[in-house]
Amino acid sequence: MTQHVSPPRDGTSKAAPVDTRPAWKNLTAGADVRTLSLLGVLAVLVLIGGITQPDSFLDTRNLQLVLTQASVIGVVTVGMTFVIMSGGIDLSVGAIVALSSVWATTVATQDFGFAGILFTAVVVGVGCGLVNGVLIAYGTMVPFIATLAMLASARGLALQITDGRTQVVTVPGVLDLAERDSYVLGIPPLVLVFAAVTVIGWLVLNRTTFGRRTVAVGGNPEAARLAGIDVRRQRLYIYLLSGLCCGIAAFLLIALAGSGQNTNGNLYELDAIAAAIIGGTLLSGGRGTIIGSVLGVLIFTTITNIFALNNLQTDVQQIAKGAIIVAAVLVQRRTASTH
Amino acid sequence: MTKLTSRRGLLFGAAAVSAGAVLTGCTSNDPDDGGDKAADTQPAADDKPGKQVTIGYAGPQADHGWLNAVNDQAQNRAKKYSDVSLEVTEGSNDTAQQIGQIETLINKKVDVLVILPADGKALTQIGLKAMRAGIPVVNLDRIFNSPQAYRCWVGGDNYGMGLNAAHYIGEKLKDKPDAKVIELAGIDNLELTQQRTQGFDDGLKNYPNIKKVARQAAEFTVESGQSKMAQLLQAQSSFDALWNHDDDQGVGALRAIEQAGRDDFLMVGGAGALSAFQAIKADSGVLKATVLYPPTMAASAIDLARALGQGKGVSGLAEFEIPSTVTCYSAVVDKENVDQYMSTGFK
Repeated sequence: MTQHVSPPRDGTSKAAPVDTRPAWKNLTAGADVRTLSLLGVLAVLVLIGGITQPDSFLDTRNLQLVLTQASVIGVVTVGMTFVIMSGGIDLSVGAIVALSSVWATTVATQDFGFAGILFTAVVVGVGCGLVNGVLIAYGTMVPFIATLAMLASARGLALQITDGRTQVVTVPGVLDLAERDSYVLGIPPLVLVFAAVTVIGWLVLNRTTFGRRTVAVGGNPEAARLAGIDVRRQRLYIYLLSGLCCGIAAFLLIALAGSGQNTNGNLYELDAIAAAIIGGTLLSGGRGTIIGSVLGVLIFTTITNIFALNNLQTDVQQIAKGAIIVAAVLVQRRTASTH
Repeated sequence: MTKLTSRRGLLFGAAAVSAGAVLTGCTSNDPDDGGDKAADTQPAADDKPGKQVTIGYAGPQADHGWLNAVNDQAQNRAKKYSDVSLEVTEGSNDTAQQIGQIETLINKKVDVLVILPADGKALTQIGLKAMRAGIPVVNLDRIFNSPQAYRCWVGGDNYGMGLNAAHYIGEKLKDKPDAKVIELAGIDNLELTQQRTQGFDDGLKNYPNIKKVARQAAEFTVESGQSKMAQLLQAQSSFDALWNHDDDQGVGALRAIEQAGRDDFLMVGGAGALSAFQAIKADSGVLKATVLYPPTMAASAIDLARALGQGKGVSGLAEFEIPSTVTCYSAVVDKENVDQYMSTGFK
C-alpha cells in the first residue's frame, strides 16, 4: 500500500499502468454520478423509514437525532477519507478517540474546565496522529501495522488511565453542548461542528495544493515524487489530520455521552472505512470525495435509526446491514459504469 | 463481562435451590435443636483465626467497573482474615497468559485457588489440572465446562436479574391498565444477555396488563447506552417503565433521557454501580431501582476458599462441607434499602 501502487481496480476503467494526469481531474465527472447514486440510496432509506414509521421517523426531533448520532463518526470519517485517498489506512481511529476522551475527562483535566477538556482532546488526538505519521512516513512502516500498533497501545493506555472506570463529566459548559437549549436555529452544536469539519475537509481536498498532493500521493507515489512532492512529509501531515479529526470527535463524544470511557469509539475504524468505501473512496488510494464519505456515514446512521424505530433486534439488524452495504455498492457501481 | 452457561446453570439450578432451602431452613431453626452438631465434629468457619491458608486468586483484566469491584472485594476480604494470605496474579484477558499464571500458582502449591476465568470454557483444562494436583478450586462467576474442574462454583444469577426487575416493575404498574415497558439490553452476543431478557419476559408474564413494546441491545458502554436510548425514546413517545441491563451503559441512557427532556416513566437499572445507587438515593430522576449482580460474590468466594482450606463448613449451614454451588441473589435495590448496599457500589 506504500511503495507499489497498482492502477485503480474498479469496474469503471481499465486505466493504463501509469496515468500521468492528476487523478482528480478525470474523475470529478464520475464522482458526481456516484454522489447522485448515494443520494438515491439515502432517498430510498428515507422512504422506507417514512412508510414504516411515519410518526416517529419523519419528525424534526428524529432528524436532529440522526444528525447528532452521525456527528462523532462523521468527523472521524472525514479524516479517514484523506488517509485512504493517500493510499494508507488508519486502524487506530477508534482507539485514539477512546484515549483522547479519557485523557480529557480525568479529574485533573476537568479542573481546567471547558478549555482544558477541548485542548486535551485535540492535543492527544494530534499527538497520536503524529506518532502514526512519523512511523509510516519516516519509519517506512506499513500503515496497516503502524496504526494497528497504535490501536493496541492507545486502548491499553486508555485502560490504564481509567482503570476500567467510567469518568463522568461535570463541567456544565461541555454538557450543555448536547442539550436542547443550546441548539442554534434548531441545529445541535455537535452537528454544526460536523458540518464545519465537512466543509473545511471539502475545501482542503478540492481547493488546496494539500488536497491535490494527497490525491497524487495516493494515485501514484512515484509519479508524485518525480513531480517534486515531498511524499513523506505529505503522509505525515495526513496522519496528523486524521489524529486531529479523532481529537475533535472525542470532544463531541464527551459532550454527547457526558463521560469518558476506555471502551469509547469501539470499532470506529471499521465504521469509518466502510462509510468512506460506500462513499466511493478507492481502498487502494487516489480517488474519493468528502461528500461521498459523509453520505456514507448518513446512510449508516439512517439505517441504524430505522432499525431501532422499527424495534428490529440485533440479529436481524446485522443481517440487513450486510445486505444493504452490498446493495449500496452494487447500485453505485452500476450507475458509475453506465455513465 | 460475566458469563455462565445455561446448560450448566440448569444442571446446578437444582443444587442452588436446595442450597438456598437449607440456608433459609437454618436461619429459622432454634440453635438448640441439634443444628450445632456439625460444630462438634467439623467446625464451621467463623471470624476466629484458624489454620493458615494460602489462597491463589486469578482474575481477568479489570477493564470494567464491575470487575474492578470484584478484585477489590476479594482482596479486602482476604485482608480481614489474619489466617489468610492471598497470592494475586496480574489480571489478564488472554487465555494463554491466564493459564500460565494459574500454573505458577499451582507450582507454588497454594492451598486453594479462586479463579475468575477470562473465558470459562477455555480455562476448564487448567481447573482440572489444579483439582488433579489436589488444589481445590473455587470457580467464580464464569463457569468452567466441567464440574470436575472446580470444587465449588459461586456466581451471579442473570436470569434472576431479569425476573426481579420484572417483578419490581410489575408491582409498581400492576394497577395501571395497558402499561407499556421497554428494555435496553446488553451485548446480544452474550448468553447472559439472553438469560436476563428471558427472566424479564418470564417475570412480566405474571402481569397481563403490562406489555413489552420495545427492546434494543446496547454494548455495556456509555456511548452505546446513550445512542440506543436516544433512539428508543424517539421510537416510543410514551411508556411507563424501562429496564436497563447494565448501570454502566445506564450512565449513557440517563444522559439521553435528560437530553430528550423525558421524565414520564420509571427506570430500573442492573448490576449495582455507585452512580446508580447515588441517583436512587437522591430520587431526583427517573432511576428508581437497580437489580444487583453483586460483586460481593468475590468476598464470598474468599470465605468459601478459607473454609475449604481449613476443612470447615459454612457457619449457619448444617453441612459438614461447603456447598458445591452458590448462586447469589439478584436483590432489588431501591430508595428503601440503598444505604445498606452503598458500600458495594462500583465506579
